[in-house]
Amino acid sequence: MSHRSDLRSPVAPAAPAVRYEVATRAGRITAGAAVVACLALVALPLWGDAADARFVIEVICYIVLAQMWNLLAGYGGLVSIGQQGFVGLGAYAILVFAQHWGLNPFWSIPISGIVVALCAVPIAKLVMRLRGGYFAVGTWVVAEVMRISFSNLSVLGGGSGQSLTVMTQIERATRENVTYWIACALLIATIGGMYALLRSRFGLALMAVRDSEAAAESQGIDVTAMKFRVFVLAALGCGLVGALYYLSVLRVAPNASFDLNWVVVAIFIVVIGGIGTMEGPIVGAAVFFLLRWLLADYGSVYWIAMGVVAIAVMVLFPKGLWGMVRGRTGIDLFPLQMRLAVEAEPIAPRPAGDSLASSIRRESMPSAPFTASRSSGADS
Amino acid sequence: MLLSTHDLVARYGQFQALFGIDLEVAEGEAIAIIGANGAGKSTFLKAVCGQLAVARDAVRLDGRGIGGIGAADVVRLGVAMVPEGRRLFRSLSVEENLRTGGFARRPGPWNLERVYALFPVLRERRHQPGTSLSGGQQQMVAIGRALMSNPRLLLCDELSLGLAPTVVKDIYAALPSLCAEGMAIVIVEQDIDLAQRTASRLYCFMHGRVTLSGASGALGKHQIAAAYFGLEEVAS
Amino acid sequence: MIEWLDTVIQGVLLGGLYALFAIGLSVTYGVMRLVNIAHGDFIILAAYLALPLVGGLAWNPFAVIPAVAIVMFALGYTLQRTLLNRTLGPDILPPLLVTFGFSIVIQNGLREAFSSDSRSLPLGALETASLSLGDTIAVGWFPLIAFLVAVALVFALSFVLSRTNTGIALRATADDPATAALTGIRSAHVYGLAMAMSFTLVAVGGVFSGIRTTFTPESGPLSLLYSFEAVVIGGLGSLWGTFAGAVILGVAQAIGAKFDAGFGILTGHLVFLAVLLIRPNGLFAKTR
Repeated sequence: MSHRSDLRSPVAPAAPAVRYEVATRAGRITAGAAVVACLALVALPLWGDAADARFVIEVICYIVLAQMWNLLAGYGGLVSIGQQGFVGLGAYAILVFAQHWGLNPFWSIPISGIVVALCAVPIAKLVMRLRGGYFAVGTWVVAEVMRISFSNLSVLGGGSGQSLTVMTQIERATRENVTYWIACALLIATIGGMYALLRSRFGLALMAVRDSEAAAESQGIDVTAMKFRVFVLAALGCGLVGALYYLSVLRVAPNASFDLNWVVVAIFIVVIGGIGTMEGPIVGAAVFFLLRWLLADYGSVYWIAMGVVAIAVMVLFPKGLWGMVRGRTGIDLFPLQMRLAVEAEPIAPRPAGDSLASSIRRESMPSAPFTASRSSGADS
Repeated sequence: MLLSTHDLVARYGQFQALFGIDLEVAEGEAIAIIGANGAGKSTFLKAVCGQLAVARDAVRLDGRGIGGIGAADVVRLGVAMVPEGRRLFRSLSVEENLRTGGFARRPGPWNLERVYALFPVLRERRHQPGTSLSGGQQQMVAIGRALMSNPRLLLCDELSLGLAPTVVKDIYAALPSLCAEGMAIVIVEQDIDLAQRTASRLYCFMHGRVTLSGASGALGKHQIAAAYFGLEEVAS
Repeated sequence: MIEWLDTVIQGVLLGGLYALFAIGLSVTYGVMRLVNIAHGDFIILAAYLALPLVGGLAWNPFAVIPAVAIVMFALGYTLQRTLLNRTLGPDILPPLLVTFGFSIVIQNGLREAFSSDSRSLPLGALETASLSLGDTIAVGWFPLIAFLVAVALVFALSFVLSRTNTGIALRATADDPATAALTGIRSAHVYGLAMAMSFTLVAVGGVFSGIRTTFTPESGPLSLLYSFEAVVIGGLGSLWGTFAGAVILGVAQAIGAKFDAGFGILTGHLVFLAVLLIRPNGLFAKTR
């Protein structure tokens, strides 16, 4: 390796430019398909009716929630069963801002999200004193405390909740369309934002933490700070979902907005689809809604089936459906891996006769990537 | 032949640690495996005692393949391991640690009384937490725990690690009596003199291969040093 | 003043019940780092198992306990060995999610089988009979018996863990499963036993709980939260520490309920959060 330069005349090659490639063919195809899908989605008010729009809003909410849970658990290593707390907080935030304070209801959505994220800061500090499974149940307790507290606030409707009557002041078509487009924006922002995040330095650090906390720590990554940021980010997403969903439903009630089912469905979607991947939640959402459509008439059996499928997937295919596909085919629709693209430099011919140097060079492992491709050319 | 390995190959994930080890231990024999760090000595012992998955016939006890059947089954067949670093159970007292050794329920002369007779200092400390003892005493507990399973073959991984020389001497003094009763012993040691004095035959490992083997008395210092450090390879 | 004493006593007795729940949860955590999200649902399942025996066959609920305990013991062992053992490993997610799946299946299965109606296990006269302590305090016989049974069970578990070979094997496996295998301990079996023991405690607690209050298929999660809060308040590593944590939780709930019927549970949650804030390791934690 380095002793090579000691033994011969120093004609060291200039270090070649190092490029990283991330884009793949599958990724480009997906990007194209995504653009088409977005256009179709945004144009829905033109080709669909109000019921379709409400259904799509629900799908979007679940996908965003699932992505948030995936961010927390699949990338941050934090398993939470208390995200419904932030959904409910978002719902009550929009109730306060739009109904009680008279702010523009549509702008109240992002404002609610930010407020929920701020609330998540002290909650994170408290709840992150717990680890692993205990952290999970701890988040649930926090959500329960929030539910009970809001149930007892009569000014906000107490146990039976309150309606967003202020929305009746807006013309119906406008109200439904704008809400719908905000939902589309949320979906695009979430998926696009997560992808950008994961491709950034923050994302690289996050994936390092996911793969091995100890190794990441030894590389100087502040693991605790990363988890904290992820927690707050996820809370932001969940708060936005709560604000958006309940704005479209027009009524906020504690038992519905703090319902554990929000996180149950999110977990199901992520687990079935493939945790720790970006494609997983989308695949999982498709499976979830398919199952729901197929088993809609059977009541509780539908939930039992979901539970059994989740158990089976966890035991047999822990990486989920997409994880299995990815494992077999190596396809990434949202490519994240950095591949080294190196231009090999030709090595200047060496003076003949230095046999010890050449025999050592022959035995040394080809560890320096820059010179691996051409060094055999000038063999003596 | 009590224990024999045949072209034993072992991997940790994608990293290959052993490249085809052939080794034999006869009943009542004491052999030593020496080699530098990372040579594969501990890996070898782990493969024999069942902690590593290997090919079934690569490790044979009494001619029967036992590779990869799992440590809990291997100890029931009479192969006991004193693991590297002692590895006593933190939550258990000295006596409880020794009692775990008996869970294999093999017939034989070893029981708590005999272990205390071999290592009297443990009797006084029997109810103390295992990890509150000194390093040498912990090593005695670890050996005692292995003996409680009445093994026919005792594997000792780096008994002297981190211990003072006088303590090491005391511990090694206990081994000849075990061989005299018919127990075979495989010791892994970094101290070559100790290995030569204790064992009748030596194997030297380097980079996962056997580079030298023979009777302890017949191997010279230079031969061993060459096999240990790999200088022989360069000369050829 | 006397009223408060009465409340505290009620809380302590309630704490005994919570102790059974909590210790069941902490046994599996201690041995295999597993948090059973369906823990509360199995408690309710035990109550539902007792229902046909008490209702249809008219057994005395106390006689039902051993029967339900045996069934739950077998169930816990089987679930651990067939499903949960396959998920144990360095990743905490799979076992958590599998138990989460159990929770969903149990709740909805019970709803299908028994509907969402409130149920209860009747005890007859013993339910309301009470023991007088002095002039003004009356302690219900049933809560007192439940408390004493809880204490007895914890003594029994403590004995098993510290004196028997099984207990030693459990503790050794909890410390170091790889080295435990070297001594012949089969971790798959040990884990099965740990889960089975947890389920047995849960069975007793579930039947007592079913006698004490009404239950529905959705009652499970709340019991999980109580178990969990008791473990965190008490701290890990000590059976009696967890027992104390459960008693504190019970007392907190009783005092809270005295102010306002709806505040009991919330008070418990708040005490839990307070302990988490001030003493995250619990009040009686043994350093491990």
